[in-house]
Amino acid sequence: MATLELRNVNKTYGPGLPDTLKNIELSIKDGEFLILVGPSGCGKSTLMNCIAGLESITGGAIMIGDQDVSGMSPKDRDIAMVFQSYALYPTMSVRENIEFGLKIRKMPQSAIDEEVARVAKLLQIEHLLNRKPGQLSGGQQQRVAMGRALARRPKIYLFDEPLSNLDAKLRVEMRTEMKLMHQRLKTTTVYVTHDQIEAMTLGDKVAVMKDGIIQQFGTPQQIYNDPANLFVASFIGSPPMNFIPLRLTRQDGRLVASLDSGQARCELPLGITDAGLEDREIILGIRPEQIALASEQTTGLPVLRAEVQITEPTGPDTLVFVTVNQTKVCCRLAPDDAPMPGATLNLLLDPSKVLLFDAASGERLGTTRSVEDAAPLGNVTQFKGR
Amino acid sequence: MTDLAAKPAISLSRIAIYAVLILAVLLYLVPLVVMLLTSFKTPEDISTGNLLSWPTVVSGIGWVKAWATVDGYFWNSIKITVPAVIISTAIGALNGYVLSMWRFRGSQLFFGLLLFGCFLPFQTVLLPASFTLGKIGLASTTTGLVLVHVVYGLAFTTLFFRNYYVSIPDALVKAARLDGAGFFTIFRRIILPMSTPIIMVCLIWQFTQIWNDFLFGVVFSSGDSQPITVALNNLVNTSTGAKEYNVDMAAAMIAGLPTLLVYVVAGKYFVRGLTAGAVKG
Repeated sequence: MATLELRNVNKTYGPGLPDTLKNIELSIKDGEFLILVGPSGCGKSTLMNCIAGLESITGGAIMIGDQDVSGMSPKDRDIAMVFQSYALYPTMSVRENIEFGLKIRKMPQSAIDEEVARVAKLLQIEHLLNRKPGQLSGGQQQRVAMGRALARRPKIYLFDEPLSNLDAKLRVEMRTEMKLMHQRLKTTTVYVTHDQIEAMTLGDKVAVMKDGIIQQFGTPQQIYNDPANLFVASFIGSPPMNFIPLRLTRQDGRLVASLDSGQARCELPLGITDAGLEDREIILGIRPEQIALASEQTTGLPVLRAEVQITEPTGPDTLVFVTVNQTKVCCRLAPDDAPMPGATLNLLLDPSKVLLFDAASGERLGTTRSVEDAAPLGNVTQFKGR
Repeated sequence: MTDLAAKPAISLSRIAIYAVLILAVLLYLVPLVVMLLTSFKTPEDISTGNLLSWPTVVSGIGWVKAWATVDGYFWNSIKITVPAVIISTAIGALNGYVLSMWRFRGSQLFFGLLLFGCFLPFQTVLLPASFTLGKIGLASTTTGLVLVHVVYGLAFTTLFFRNYYVSIPDALVKAARLDGAGFFTIFRRIILPMSTPIIMVCLIWQFTQIWNDFLFGVVFSSGDSQPITVALNNLVNTSTGAKEYNVDMAAAMIAGLPTLLVYVVAGKYFVRGLTAGAVKG
């Protein structure tokens, strides 16, 4: 059990080559679950390999507890890792796979047997102990890989996309199991994924990465409600946030967004009042669930009339697509309210939830609105581009 | 059912195919048959009958004489081949392990240069090798010949193992490193147990090459330390006395038997190992 702190970590594969990791700065407390999320090639797996010691860093420091492990070899860092391909030793039985690391560390055989029994019981793989990995299903292999990591009781667990080779149903099951396991064991964990649902559901802290840079580091709620830039806003959330290009005007001291569905126009006064936002290219972000149907009670609020182009019933919700400012906009409505394509809707956009981004740089604009459940702004690492 | 019954069981094209195949098999087998038949004939029988005629008296005298002549050389060949095969395969495995899983700066170039060794004809290394053996005091010794075979074989064995190991996922080595295993522990406990097919390929290849070698044997050994291939040549090329073809043939069969045995015992691994890398991808 230990804290993990990355201090200004840099990684490059050689002079003249672009940096793979740039000024990575983050820290998690003992027992926290950290998610590294981002598109492929963003450096998240490299960062994990650096934490594991499988790759060296070219600058900065990696602290586990109070110890700088940057120069240490993987075996001395007291970490265990679960690989995407599971990396089970094919010629060894499940039992031998779990024992391997313990034997190398010269644990007495009685303690090894005890540990294997504990892990096997925890993961319900007791009946598989004498089989070879090739005789197991994908889900069983995954459990054995986790068992191998759990057996050593390391300071930190590293998971490198452990669920991505499983089918959809099993993946959801294992996700829940993983969360349960972490709640029970409370071991500091770093988890790499490209799946934003895994990131949201599993993480205590999430670091969204792109091009070797941490775009934002915070709790899942901060990342979801308060994205630092256009990239984070678009990467997290499914269906993704709507981005509507427009220009703002100022009326009576308030910023007003003008929306045009092709059928009607709507002037939406925003809660944001910052100076300097009017008369420039802005992208307005709003999540599909922040758009509602206007009922007869909701009077006085500006309503946008729009024609439904396509509907996608997902079961619990129906996604309704309309066009606003020549951009496709997705609204998440209750199935009972969902209209047929071609129908006209009165839509209500929640002006307090609207986010603004600079069209050119993608950076977040305007004062961060207060979010009840999010921590203070100080914890949010802002975009560190250029 | 009627459809099937109506069709002839053996079609004309099928007969043609088998005819060609059988012809090819016969052509391939003729030399072996001639050798076998001749080896069991008496010298008189050979001079009177034709090549393919059955021996009038089946006589083992050719084999007895042949074994008496090549006996010592046969064991020489074993003494040369067994250590050379084992050492070159072991070093090749280690080389392949390093070149595929512990890449270092310039390892690709190193591997590329090593491959040149596969294309070097035997003749080009004769002079440098004999010069080197002379310098280190191993000229005309069995150890020296073993050394030449090991060095010459390394290019091939390294290539075999490297290409086999490239298809093993890197994550295995990473996982073992995190488990605390070092360079040799990973090799011995994880990689080697997975290598049976390619070890077989390597053993067969090297055994065939080294056992059948004549040139290195004739150049780098002398007198009583010569391998069986050289002894066979000396036996067959003697110009004194009457030609004892039955002895020649029996000696040639004896010289060829070990390779045949290796193929029979390990042959299935040979094909499996050669295709293993290709299928796994």
